Amino acid sequence: MSDTATLPTRRDEAWRYADADYLAKAKPEAINHWRTLEVPAGETRRECTVHGAGPQSPGMVDRLRVHVGRGGRFEAFKVITGGKYARVELDVTLEEGAHFEFGGVTIGGSDKVQEFVTLTRHDHPNATSNQTVRAVHWGQSTGSFLGEIKVARHAQKTDAAQDFKGLLLEAGASANAVPQLEIFADDVKCAHGATVGQLDEAARYYMAARGLSPDAAKRLLVQAFIGDAFVALEDEATRERMLEDALKALEEASL
Amino acid sequence: MLTINNLHAEVDGKAILKGLNLEVQAGEVHAIMGPNGAGKSTLAHVLGGKPGYDVTAGSVTFRGAQLFDLDPHERAATGLFLGFQYPVEIPGVSNVQFLREALNAQRKYRGEEPLSGGEFLKLAKEKAGLLKMDMEMLKRQVNVGFSGGEKKRAEMVQMGILDPAFAVLDETDSGLDIDALRVVGEGINSIMRAPDKGVLLITHYQRLLDVVKPDRVSVLADGRIVETGGPELALRLESEGYDAIMAEMSA
Repeated sequence: MSDTATLPTRRDEAWRYADADYLAKAKPEAINHWRTLEVPAGETRRECTVHGAGPQSPGMVDRLRVHVGRGGRFEAFKVITGGKYARVELDVTLEEGAHFEFGGVTIGGSDKVQEFVTLTRHDHPNATSNQTVRAVHWGQSTGSFLGEIKVARHAQKTDAAQDFKGLLLEAGASANAVPQLEIFADDVKCAHGATVGQLDEAARYYMAARGLSPDAAKRLLVQAFIGDAFVALEDEATRERMLEDALKALEEASL
Repeated sequence: MLTINNLHAEVDGKAILKGLNLEVQAGEVHAIMGPNGAGKSTLAHVLGGKPGYDVTAGSVTFRGAQLFDLDPHERAATGLFLGFQYPVEIPGVSNVQFLREALNAQRKYRGEEPLSGGEFLKLAKEKAGLLKMDMEMLKRQVNVGFSGGEKKRAEMVQMGILDPAFAVLDETDSGLDIDALRVVGEGINSIMRAPDKGVLLITHYQRLLDVVKPDRVSVLADGRIVETGGPELALRLESEGYDAIMAEMSA
């Protein structure tokens, strides 16, 4: 069997919103590579990344498989601003009492395709997970969040939450949310919500009436919108930097 | 300072203002009263430049500029303040950040230096104190979770901080209890009562006018100013009602 046969296509559920051009040309070893991370019991690991490749970048796929030991905590905060195609994928297995915190932002214009794909495995009791994704798009760009949560039969008292909001700055942009819950335990909490909307016109007018230009009002509203994804990030300097990087991407949007 | 000339405006293709003429001089508080549906709020939003409010004829001159040549944020920077009947909630944005950015945007437009964080907080504290509003409220998100009365009070704190030359206040008294009405009224007096400032005060009731004493009172009905007089006109409206006064005029 040739290598290309192992490449995913958009017929695969988890790749349905991926960039077809990128998939057609990508090297299998680039796509099929998984980084791994072991979070020891009781410890915390955090990954904060801004994926801001320039417009020349053909695309990037970053896949991370994480195992979180008993009572451990894994936090991922990710911003995707760049590239024609960018995909960040997290496959997280939680031991008893472990926690997974995820904050993600996709923000882009032109024909960018940006996506987060998470698989959260609640294999043991009393583990918790909280995922907040915000997608801000204009031009013909697309932001997607595919979030799968699997709760095993004996993983009682699982508490999993997933929240997605898309903000489309102009017609032509799109946002996709695909929550997928597979629950075999009977005493669990699994919440998910997804909404897609536009900038609040009433708020823009109110801000203009106080002297803010349309650009300044937009920046402030987008800042408030994506801020939700960083609420759980305690490191203030990192939070400010990531927010700033995301808002810088917004400057390309001349609306 | 504000001259409205033969103003026609429509919303959703429906004519609301039908040839409105009005002049407000510097140093004057001019009250606009009128029945529901007369076009009072439409007038406020046309002056503010709200999307969807289309001017079909007429002009407005404000401090020597053609108002309709300016975008809404430029009108604000030129000195026009619009107090909203229904102040808008902006989740995720604090009053402090909102007002500091707004004030500095206005200053930049006028070619003035921005205020530093410290200078701004000092100013905000002073104006909040004037309206008896806790500074903690200003650290909260814009109007989110504020009661109707708190929103109106916050509007006046905003006005104090932005220090406009001219204020259009659209039913600033609605939703206020008697004590809050006095605080807000006194706030308007101390912020806007000056020889070089003007106020267009849209209201339904005499109550606010007992505190903010108007120099002129106009009655707006069916998209036009149908009567202008001194403060006694408001008192007559209060005791006799719009119907009686308007019937008398058309007689």
